[in-house]
Amino acid sequence: MNRTGERIRARRMDAGLAQRDLARAVDISASYLNLIEHGKRPAGAALLRRIAATLAVDIGLLERPADPTLVDRLRAASDRLSTIATETVQTEDLVARFPGWAGLITAQALEIRTLEDRLQMMTDRLTYDPDLAKALHGVISAVTAIQSTAAILTGDSKIDADWQARFHSNIHSDARKLADTSRALVAYLDAPDDAERTLLSPLEDREAILATTGFHRPHLETHPAPAPAPVTRPAVAALVTQYDARYADDAQALPLDDFLQAARAADHDPMVLASQTRQPLDRIFRRLASVPPTSHDPDHGLMEIDAAGAVLLLKQVFGFDLTRGGDCPLWPIYTALGQPGRPITAAVVLPGQNAAHLVCHAIAVPVAHPHGPHLPPLVCATMLVRTINAPSGPQTIPVGVACRICARSDCPARREPAMPVLAVGNVASL
Amino acid sequence: MAKRVLLIEDEANIIEALSFILSRDGFTVHTHEDGTTAMDKIRGQRPDMIILDVMLPGRSGFDILRDLRADPTTRDLPVMMLTARGQNKDKALAEELGVDRFMTKPFANEEVCAQVRALIGS
Repeated sequence: MNRTGERIRARRMDAGLAQRDLARAVDISASYLNLIEHGKRPAGAALLRRIAATLAVDIGLLERPADPTLVDRLRAASDRLSTIATETVQTEDLVARFPGWAGLITAQALEIRTLEDRLQMMTDRLTYDPDLAKALHGVISAVTAIQSTAAILTGDSKIDADWQARFHSNIHSDARKLADTSRALVAYLDAPDDAERTLLSPLEDREAILATTGFHRPHLETHPAPAPAPVTRPAVAALVTQYDARYADDAQALPLDDFLQAARAADHDPMVLASQTRQPLDRIFRRLASVPPTSHDPDHGLMEIDAAGAVLLLKQVFGFDLTRGGDCPLWPIYTALGQPGRPITAAVVLPGQNAAHLVCHAIAVPVAHPHGPHLPPLVCATMLVRTINAPSGPQTIPVGVACRICARSDCPARREPAMPVLAVGNVASL
Repeated sequence: MAKRVLLIEDEANIIEALSFILSRDGFTVHTHEDGTTAMDKIRGQRPDMIILDVMLPGRSGFDILRDLRADPTTRDLPVMMLTARGQNKDKALAEELGVDRFMTKPFANEEVCAQVRALIGS
């Protein structure tokens, strides 16, 4: 479909112009403009220039789609500071005309969010970390004992020699206790050398490390390759080790060269590959999402969630940002979570004029609780995501991101209202 | 007859300091360090008031206070909580459970004595 026509139509409606008015202004018939807007006729370069001039927009805005990822990120940034009224309907204009500024805003918004998450993590730590609570309690107790005892010794009342000696001894023992606890606290709270990395949660940090190689781990494949640099942050190192252990199992079960050959022959269809290789579907998903980035195979995103919907692993797919929380419940991964063992395949479409079309495969796998059958199984749902160019069909599922920044006004799964400006914006229907 | 204060606290040097200043003020001070057996001690001692720490081995001061207020024989026993947990929510919980005084550590000796006197007299 020629999206230039859609963009002309959107800009015309933004400008409040009727089709016949714009057609008259650019010296064509209203019916011809109608055909252009519906992608049934191309607009030549000269005509496009006239239309852009009439609509007072940059011609590039009509010719090229704004980067949908950047648009979504900007909307999300605006949502997070909803007290400031932003011209949300013009988000795509901003991205198309000033991509550098849009990138700066989104980068800063991401940094703010990361810092907020970090702050929340530290607050949680102060509130819930039992080791920290115990250490702080020890400090306060020692200070209390020292203060109270010192006040007795320095007070006006006369104290006999035995009590004086006893209190001196108590102060000495409490001071030592205080010094020991303080040292332990400093060591516990001391920031590691890679302070920048600690701005991320351990899961995000792991994903940032894995993303540098497209989640591919060459040293774990059958071909010898140098091992990556060790991860210094202990919590992240443990998560990377966990990822690598499973990756090694996957690589052994599905050696890379054979798998790539089979994947290309099957047009990267995970259902076909699972059937051919007799391997679990979630393993096929992981292998498809971690092929070497240089292999020219399609880019796949991957998402893993637990039974509570918390994201365990997230690999982004080009053209659309999967998010870590507050997601739309219509995504196939949540459908799969409700039907463990049953593979779900669905095409989905995001809202918006330049909406990303994606094909998703998902499955939830229950694993017996290691501490006994009387405990609930540990369910992990995995979703493989790939962008497609195919237009929406009747089976395509309209999904969104978070309700507050989702433009679908008639969605039955909506949990809360969207920002008012977005709710009245131009949204291409399916 | 001297008024009896039961100090339920697990930090030895705080026990010693508080016992000293309260005894010097004319109170009879008994001490107990364990949360699990605190209620037995209270029922056996029948003190005039209790100074109660929150973070105790075995059982929290909040749980002990809840039991005290549920038992008709100890319902009206004056209780002063003395705790390192000085957050508003802790104070609110203590008040909801029926504490008479709530003091945070570190404390001033004179303030502790003044509060005890205010609760049970000299």
